[in-house]
Amino acid sequence: MLKIAWLIPILPLLGAAFHGLLGRRLGKAAVTAVALGCTLVPLVLSAFALAAVQAAPGRRIDLPYFEWMAAGSLHVPFGLVLDSLSSVMALVVTGIGTLIHLYSVGYMWEEEGYARYFCYLNLFVFFMLTLVLGSSLPLLFVGWEGVGLCSYLLIGYYFDTEVASAAGLKAFLFNRVGDLGMTMGMMALFAAFGTLTVGDLLVQAGRLGPEAGFGVLSFATLMMFVGATGKSAQIPLYLWLPDAMAGPTPVSALIHAATMVTAGIYLICRLAPLFLLAPITLTVVAWVGGATALFAACIGLFQRDIKKVLAYSTVSQLGYMFLGLGSAGFAAGFLHLFTHAWFKALLFLGAGSVIRAMHHEQDLFRMGGLRAKLPVTFWTMAIATLCIMGFPGTSGFFSKDEILFLAWHKSPGLYAMGLLGAACTAFYMWRLMALAFWGEPRDAHAFEHAEESPATMTAPLAILAAGALLAGLLGLPRIWGGSFAIEGWLEPALTYGRPLLAPAAEHGGAGLAWGLMALSTAVALAAGFLGWRIYRRGPAAEEAFEGRFPALYRTLARKFYVDEAVEACILGPVRWGGNCLWKAFDVILIDGVGVNLPGALTRAGGDLAALAQTGRVRNYALSMAIGAVLLLWFFLR
Amino acid sequence: MTSLNSLLCGGLQGYILVALLLFLIGLGAVLVRRSILLQFMGVELMLNAANVALLAFARFRGGDPQGTVFYLFIIAVAACEAAVGLALVVGLYRHRQSTDTDRADALKQ
Repeated sequence: MLKIAWLIPILPLLGAAFHGLLGRRLGKAAVTAVALGCTLVPLVLSAFALAAVQAAPGRRIDLPYFEWMAAGSLHVPFGLVLDSLSSVMALVVTGIGTLIHLYSVGYMWEEEGYARYFCYLNLFVFFMLTLVLGSSLPLLFVGWEGVGLCSYLLIGYYFDTEVASAAGLKAFLFNRVGDLGMTMGMMALFAAFGTLTVGDLLVQAGRLGPEAGFGVLSFATLMMFVGATGKSAQIPLYLWLPDAMAGPTPVSALIHAATMVTAGIYLICRLAPLFLLAPITLTVVAWVGGATALFAACIGLFQRDIKKVLAYSTVSQLGYMFLGLGSAGFAAGFLHLFTHAWFKALLFLGAGSVIRAMHHEQDLFRMGGLRAKLPVTFWTMAIATLCIMGFPGTSGFFSKDEILFLAWHKSPGLYAMGLLGAACTAFYMWRLMALAFWGEPRDAHAFEHAEESPATMTAPLAILAAGALLAGLLGLPRIWGGSFAIEGWLEPALTYGRPLLAPAAEHGGAGLAWGLMALSTAVALAAGFLGWRIYRRGPAAEEAFEGRFPALYRTLARKFYVDEAVEACILGPVRWGGNCLWKAFDVILIDGVGVNLPGALTRAGGDLAALAQTGRVRNYALSMAIGAVLLLWFFLR
Repeated sequence: MTSLNSLLCGGLQGYILVALLLFLIGLGAVLVRRSILLQFMGVELMLNAANVALLAFARFRGGDPQGTVFYLFIIAVAACEAAVGLALVVGLYRHRQSTDTDRADALKQ
């Protein structure tokens, strides 16, 4: 099995090449078969890889293939690494990827660019697997940039609409800012340790004492975190993710909810021992994550576009993951990544099913009463909503509570942010559910024609719902009689290179854990019930609220005017400066003084000299005679 | 008065003076006249001024054959040149229905 592990990333690449080169000619059936095959086989291989990792000593298998770069003291091997972290992540990518490929078959069947879509999607899976499995930071960075490229291509899939291409560009530019941080982090790590191979890096860092963290390590990890905020849409680089909803809905599910946007969390988990040595960075991570969790959840409260609600929800949930990581709960953060991948992909796919049934209507205020028309979509989305709000026993409950528990120990302020965010989450999710599935249909025509989606779309919904319910069992907390299994499973990867790492301090007693759990559950249930209750009969209550608190409502609905502020403070001046440069520097200096002035001078000189050319032979003879006389005078004087 | 004497009594200066006059008359014709035929005659005069000077110097140097031979060559070349020149005159006339050189200024454009 390990001899063909390289097939895991390579097969989707071959699939992408196939779709891109032959897809249009061979038709939709061939594209469908190849696209599904190229994710299903890696899924099976990833499962085998997981089994192999479990059997391997130290739960880690290095697969170096060849030396990729060698320049001076820089040696970058090209290889894959299978450990407890990457094998689980690969399983998530291929597993959810396969389900979403299957769903896309139904969702995109009518589209013109069917082959193009699957070309991008398979290419995305390839780059994501490169990111996950790459053994060195440069290889990880290749995947990192590649998923950014695929994200750009898929956001701009409907490239003939202005919105989509602008959103793609926005995503790309925001990611560039983050990528700058990431490259600077890599350079700092190379300068400090002389290697960019993750394994060597961690081994070398493991030899450092705890005082090392305040120098280059803090800088490097902070820069890595800047990269993570770009990819994972955290404050201040979160603005691109809501706009990214311009892409097809399955793309939002796969790339902008389940996998790509979690790359930042994955990166930090990958380098967990480094981050543990840099407590300053961890604090920054925690506070940025907590702030994002609350801030994005507030914005999500009053969005009318069903996908925008889910987008802000994703930003908020990613904030929870960073909150967990920053509280030194890498396993908790990763568990939330894992459970979130299931229920958020499910929510997006359910939203896609609703949008499709409503003939591409995304406005929640025009939906309503769809419960009877879309039973499968309704029940699966209800399960996902229970998960994301943290209903006891569902997957989101375990992962979110673990994060909140750790946040409490980091700082009560962080816990408060997380708790408020959780309340907002429950509220806006039940608002969404109530507006879409309860009440009177507000668009009678669309409602009449609404139909449940085909089996290729409902089957993934059902599978994801089962996964969303059960994924939390990996992290059954100790007070529930579990052992928080994922922590034990991930431990070799999260502490690699630091055999002497002290075991994590036992936090508080069971009583505190029960208390925090009860509090967050009660808050979430109350907020969720409130959301459902208010919006069950339609959006009238929201209009009343808007009438009573117009300023507050508008601030939330307009997303705290952040986009406008960025436009005014950054984009406006940049555009103005560019305009000035264009008009002052380009037009006047380069075009004028540099190009046109010499041309005009030459032309004027030519015109002047042309005056002497009369065309009369007598004039020429006279000047010849004068010349001869002058020569004579010169030689004979 | 010696200079005038030598001038009138077959000294070198007299010949050179004649050659100079011939040259200037020819040059004047070329520069002043607009008819290509008369300009052409002016050119011939200038050529012959050179011939006069050549022969005068040859004689002054005691009958130097070099000058005499040079003169003969020039006469021969001038004959050819006259043939070519007259052909050009005819060509110009056919083209323009005139021999006015001031009107043959197409090169100006």
